Amino acid sequence: MTLLLAIVTGSLYAAGIFLILRRNMVKVIFGLILLGHAANLLIFTVGRLTKGIPAFVPEGSDMLTGRFADPLPQALILTAIVIGFGVQAFTIVLFKRTWLTLGTEDLDMMKTTDEPPKE
Amino acid sequence: MVNQILVFPILFPLLSAITMLFFRRSVAIQRIISILSSFLLLAAAGWLLAAVISGGMLTVQVGGWRAPFGITLAADLLSAVMVAASALIGLTTVLYSLATIDRERERFFYYPLLQFLMMGINGAFLTGDVFNLYVWFEVMLISSFVLLVLGGTPVQLEGAIKYVTINLLSSSVFLAAAGILYGMAGTLNMADLARITPHLPQQNLLTVVSVLFMITFGVKAAVFPLFFWLPASYHTPPVAVSAIFAGLLTKVGVYALIRFFTTIFSHEAVFIDEVLLAASALTMLSGVLGAAAQYDFRRLLSFHIISQIGYMIFGLALHSPLAIAGALFYIVHNIIAKTNLFYISGIVERITGTYDLKKAGGVYAGHPVIGMLFLIPALALAGIPPLSGFWAKFVIIKAGFQAGEYAVTGIALLVGLLTLFSMMKIWNEAFLKDLPQPQVEGNRYETMGFGRRLLFFSPVVVLGLVTVLLGVFFEPVFRLAETAAAQLLDTQAYITPVLGRVK
Repeated sequence: MTLLLAIVTGSLYAAGIFLILRRNMVKVIFGLILLGHAANLLIFTVGRLTKGIPAFVPEGSDMLTGRFADPLPQALILTAIVIGFGVQAFTIVLFKRTWLTLGTEDLDMMKTTDEPPKE
Repeated sequence: MVNQILVFPILFPLLSAITMLFFRRSVAIQRIISILSSFLLLAAAGWLLAAVISGGMLTVQVGGWRAPFGITLAADLLSAVMVAASALIGLTTVLYSLATIDRERERFFYYPLLQFLMMGINGAFLTGDVFNLYVWFEVMLISSFVLLVLGGTPVQLEGAIKYVTINLLSSSVFLAAAGILYGMAGTLNMADLARITPHLPQQNLLTVVSVLFMITFGVKAAVFPLFFWLPASYHTPPVAVSAIFAGLLTKVGVYALIRFFTTIFSHEAVFIDEVLLAASALTMLSGVLGAAAQYDFRRLLSFHIISQIGYMIFGLALHSPLAIAGALFYIVHNIIAKTNLFYISGIVERITGTYDLKKAGGVYAGHPVIGMLFLIPALALAGIPPLSGFWAKFVIIKAGFQAGEYAVTGIALLVGLLTLFSMMKIWNEAFLKDLPQPQVEGNRYETMGFGRRLLFFSPVVVLGLVTVLLGVFFEPVFRLAETAAAQLLDTQAYITPVLGRVK
């Protein structure tokens, strides 16, 4: 299972990086979203995958013993998903507004802020 | 109970921002709340600084969960100083905004956003938890995104695309690094990490993680070669927004670098320091050379942000007590002077109608006082005694010679000279030479009322005064920086107050 998730994470990273290097704005958004997912899955995987051992304290005991699924990575991912969702929603609106204002979705055309002002 | 002061710098902006949302239609009430909240924040930050100086490090375990299980807020001297500096900039920016921000932006939640930005910045300075730092970074970023595009002019949108994309990328790197770190250490509490990381079996992977952190904070701090977003976006929003971004946002990145590579990865620092040393030399050089080619007031200053960041990173990379103290002093000096220069760029634009230095001119002839006000931060930035920048550069360069890094120290000296060249270019073009005819349309300075002018100039005067005072009373301030540096280099001093007596 770990191997499978490792491969999935790696593929997501590869796809995300490929997409953010494209000139088309929409592809760049998808690239950023994929990179976010890849980071979330990475946290999930390196937080140890344990199947069917929830982190419940057994009756009559006051602490966890033995192996158990660590809930913290899942809490981290949940937070990251919520933040990512908000930021991505903003980015999509920003990109749409940019397209409406500048009339282009080619990132190579957007270089006026990098050029020195014209004579 | 004194520990609870720690929460105020986060709480005040949050509460005032939320309150403002209830007064959506009344800009006047929003303005009053902004001013009140900013003064309160400055008072709280001053109190926090005084408490940390007299009583040592303060910690709060949020929700009463014992560290390392809950989220820790911790203020050592570095955090307290950074919060105090950011509160000062927050206050002056609110005053400056009252004079300059147009009605339309004010109506679309400009003031609440500014407070949310302050909350994110203060949170990042005060947190003692790596994942919590990520959350504060995001709070800060999303507020800065909206402030950057507010108004929606084509250049703003274009600058924002670059700024947003690179920052989202760096956030995902941050997230991945935090995840891997948790997988190895089983904790994200900074103090606990400082305790555990030297004993972890996977030291190679730890190096990888520290490099990931270096990249993500390098993007935020605009370190070579990760700085291209900065001069592409910082000159696009209104001046007040540019100024607060220039003063604070990159410094949050520098703060995070210092925190991670002194407190948390102290044993990892040897390798990172070599990389940072090379990066700092290139950052200083590329920033100042980029600035030499610019004729737009704010773009020129943006490039100077980068070259100044190089000095701070240089101090961190040298890693001696003197160098780190120098870097801390440099950060404070730079926050004040750089923000001030951006404020002045706004004043010059009001008078001449343009940011283009070639079309501007004649400010000194018409308004000699503004010329003097410009010279204070400009000469401070270039390192002319007795202003703060002279001492900041002096200490860093002395530390560089002590460490035997002659090449990079030589570059630092050269960059100081080139900074002076840039500042003199602004002086000659915008202030000294006659206003070129025909004049650019839209001189809106003469139409400003007295109250507005007061708000317009008070931030510049206050920050100019601070720059002078930092230079004149260098010794007590620097003693403070030395104490802060000693705290940073002594990891145990950070671990014990947070975790209590664990071994």
